[in-house]
Amino acid sequence: MINTIWFLLVFIGILYGALTGNLGDINNIIIDQATEGVTFGISLMGVMAFWLGIMNIAEKSGLIRAISKVFRPLVRFIFPEVPANHPAERWMLMNFIANMFGVGNGATAFGLKAIKELDSINPHKGKASNAMAMFLIINMSSLQLVPLTVIKLRHDYGSRNPTDIIGITLLATSLSTIVAIIIGKMFERRRKC
Amino acid sequence: MLDIISIGIVPFLVIVIVIHGYLKNVDIYDAFTEGALDGLKTAFRIIPNLIAIFIAIGIFRGSKAMDMLIDLVSPVTRYLRFPEEILPLVLIRPLSGSGALGVVKDIISHYGPDSLQGITASVLMGSSETIFYTMALYFGSVGVKDHGHTLRAALLSYIISVFIVVFISRYLLFNI
Repeated sequence: MINTIWFLLVFIGILYGALTGNLGDINNIIIDQATEGVTFGISLMGVMAFWLGIMNIAEKSGLIRAISKVFRPLVRFIFPEVPANHPAERWMLMNFIANMFGVGNGATAFGLKAIKELDSINPHKGKASNAMAMFLIINMSSLQLVPLTVIKLRHDYGSRNPTDIIGITLLATSLSTIVAIIIGKMFERRRKC
Repeated sequence: MLDIISIGIVPFLVIVIVIHGYLKNVDIYDAFTEGALDGLKTAFRIIPNLIAIFIAIGIFRGSKAMDMLIDLVSPVTRYLRFPEEILPLVLIRPLSGSGALGVVKDIISHYGPDSLQGITASVLMGSSETIFYTMALYFGSVGVKDHGHTLRAALLSYIISVFIVVFISRYLLFNI
């Protein structure tokens, strides 16, 4: 699937660029974006090292286990195939919590650990299990409680009340996450038949 | 109040975790460095994915193919009476987070942050995620090729949530 999207983005982009005489720009874009990928990856290294370091303390002290116990019923319902107490459960929870509070880099670090753990219990390697699909579907529905970047932007452009959108964004985010879980579950059921 | 939470959340978490670990007699220094090494490895491993994603999206946007796509889709959305000012945002949001933020900036500066367009764009930006980036990064990191129903389900729920956002911005804030 990503194969096709990646192909279409590159193919249509270059073709359209050639037809409209923008090929010169494309050369620069390739160099810039390749560098940007490395720069961004390296800038993630420090923060991800920090978050996984801190969380390793919380893991060893039993704090994460205590927190995941509270949310266990919810996790059991959404991810029935993940065994209770499996590390995937804890990393997913950490990812959701970091996402909710807008700690983007932390969320990425925990999410990558979660998908790795989910893959370790995936019966068909190379094919996304229901749990992996559901985990990403929830992630892609946005969980962030307060959209700080947007509020900052609204403030910069002289909004009368930049925080006006918090209420409806919270409503929209909650609805979109509920919709995502329902749709994910519907696809899971269809797959079984 | 919001500022306090956003500034305080990380230091708060860190202090709670460090105190809890120390009181439970965890070797907190060793635990930290062990986890940090894991974090470095993870970040290093995803760099190829990041390069691939950034280049593809860069080419697609830079060649103005994105603008062509918007022109292609706009007759359909006009028929659906969908607010066409935010259409570029709807199309770019699943592909690129920074691109989407740029579009929100355009919309806000053009129509004003408190206009219907400005509000709708802000809410949509705040209540959605970058689908392509997330999928390519996470599935790429574990080498999963067959994504099953992930993309279909994510796009379907994205489309539904776009209509939810348009609806609630219009009715809850502007009563029109």
